[in-house]
Amino acid sequence: MAALLSSATAQPLVKYVVTGDAIPDSLTGSPGDAARGRAIVTNRQKGLCLLCHTGPFAEERFQGDLAPSLAGAGSRWTEGQLRLRIVDSRRVTPSTIMPSYYRIDGLTRVGAAWRDRPVLSAAEIEDVVAFLKTLRE
Amino acid sequence: MIRLVLPAALLATGFALAADIPANERRSGFDFMSSSTQQMQRDDTLNPAMLWVAEGEAQWSEAPAAAAKSCASCHGDAVGSMRGVAARYPAFDERRQKPVDLQQRINLCRETHQQQPALAAESRPLLGLAAYIGLQSRGLPVSPPQDARLQPARSRGAALFNTAMGQLNFSCAQCHNDNWGHRLAGSPIPQAHPTGYPIYRLEWQGMGSLQRRLRNCMTGVRAEPLPYGADELVELELYLNSRAAGMTVETPAVRP
Ligand code: HEC
Ligand code: HEC
Ligand code: HEC
Repeated sequence: MAALLSSATAQPLVKYVVTGDAIPDSLTGSPGDAARGRAIVTNRQKGLCLLCHTGPFAEERFQGDLAPSLAGAGSRWTEGQLRLRIVDSRRVTPSTIMPSYYRIDGLTRVGAAWRDRPVLSAAEIEDVVAFLKTLRE
Repeated sequence: MIRLVLPAALLATGFALAADIPANERRSGFDFMSSSTQQMQRDDTLNPAMLWVAEGEAQWSEAPAAAAKSCASCHGDAVGSMRGVAARYPAFDERRQKPVDLQQRINLCRETHQQQPALAAESRPLLGLAAYIGLQSRGLPVSPPQDARLQPARSRGAALFNTAMGQLNFSCAQCHNDNWGHRLAGSPIPQAHPTGYPIYRLEWQGMGSLQRRLRNCMTGVRAEPLPYGADELVELELYLNSRAAGMTVETPAVRP
């Protein structure tokens, strides 16, 4: 019963195709919004990025030092490469500590409030990708 | 009786399981704190946890009910009888035939020797007694019992420590073995040594047990926290204690 309910309410994830080390196509079929993406990246409850990364966000105190700076990410990577790194970073580097933001399988003991939901929705991923593309050095 | 062994012997026999942090690199959470927080822990007149200790000391010699005996009437002066006790918990309990942590041990005395209901997890009286008993081990080395009956539980604790969990899919080891010393947002990641519990945590504005701390870390990775008193939490405590064997007990510590 519980299993039936949870599978009925779980949002199926959008299917995507990985080509090389990239997901070339938008998960939503349309481009994201860079301003919304910036808000997600700097939000510690939502994007969580600054727990680990630093970046060109002078107003943000307490950035992490577990990961490279996001500055210049838009020149280092194509849009498709950025998308795969947010969607499922472990696919690129299996040992990475960067969470897979768009994945619900293979997880253990997920808290009730978070169960069967990816960290970010497909639309939010696109917003973050659009923002990262603006980070050029 | 439980036989104690020297920490050096523990390490030499490989008893400390996958002690992934080399012994000479182990550091207490104290070392990662700001100097003002360190000062608060160093000075008993500044350490807010000493309030709980004082309450625990008072409880020690009070009978909880007219017909019941006080802790002191069986155990005498805690300064002598409880010296080194907290340093070796969790330990194997004969009656339950499983490991119990210090707070569970206190509650076993409440129930079997005082005929009183168990004190609630994280309640002020339980934390007070645990802090008062813990203080009697301050300065002594963490000394997990070398008791073969604990080994299966300790191994399960080690396995859990290395299991990725929660929506963010982190294991304890990924933060505390692989990334200690780095900053997660503003906070330095410590090595997760349980040397100071129960602690006064500034973020809690109060006292809390090791189990509370472990549940916080689980919630942090968006995992379902194990319920207070769960065997798995005691198993984690056991593993953490073996990982910290020989380090100095700091109870009652202060943490940010
Ligand atoms: C728990 C830590 C953590 C979090 C949270 C995290 N990352 Fe990462 N990220 C890493 C690490 C570590 C790397 C380095 C690459 C590796 O480990 O393979 C990385 C790599 C990256 C890269 C490629 C590195 C480069 O050269 O530019 C990008 C882009 C990136 N992260 C973006 C993000 C964004 C955007 C977020 C938030 C939505 C985020 N990360 C959240 C840890 C994290
Ligand atoms: C994402 C990284 C991360 C993960 C995963 C994590 N922790 Fe922690 N842990 C921390 C941080 C950061 C602190 C210090 C918090 C502070 O000072 O505010 C901490 C503190 C602790 C402490 C307190 C140490 C002291 O000095 O008092 C213990 C014990 C601990 N963690 C155990 C665990 C266990 C067991 C797990 C797995 C169930 C775990 N942690 C998972 C980041 C993590
Ligand atoms: C009627 C006597 C009696 C009373 C009262 C009593 N205890 Fe005990 N306690 C014992 C005995 C006997 C043991 C040994 C284990 C057992 O048989 O339960 C013990 C064991 C313990 C231990 C473990 C010691 C070790 O070396 O491992 C602690 C800690 C403890 N008691 C704390 C308390 C506290 C705190 C109180 C008061 C809340 C209390 N006890 C009240 C009889 C008592």
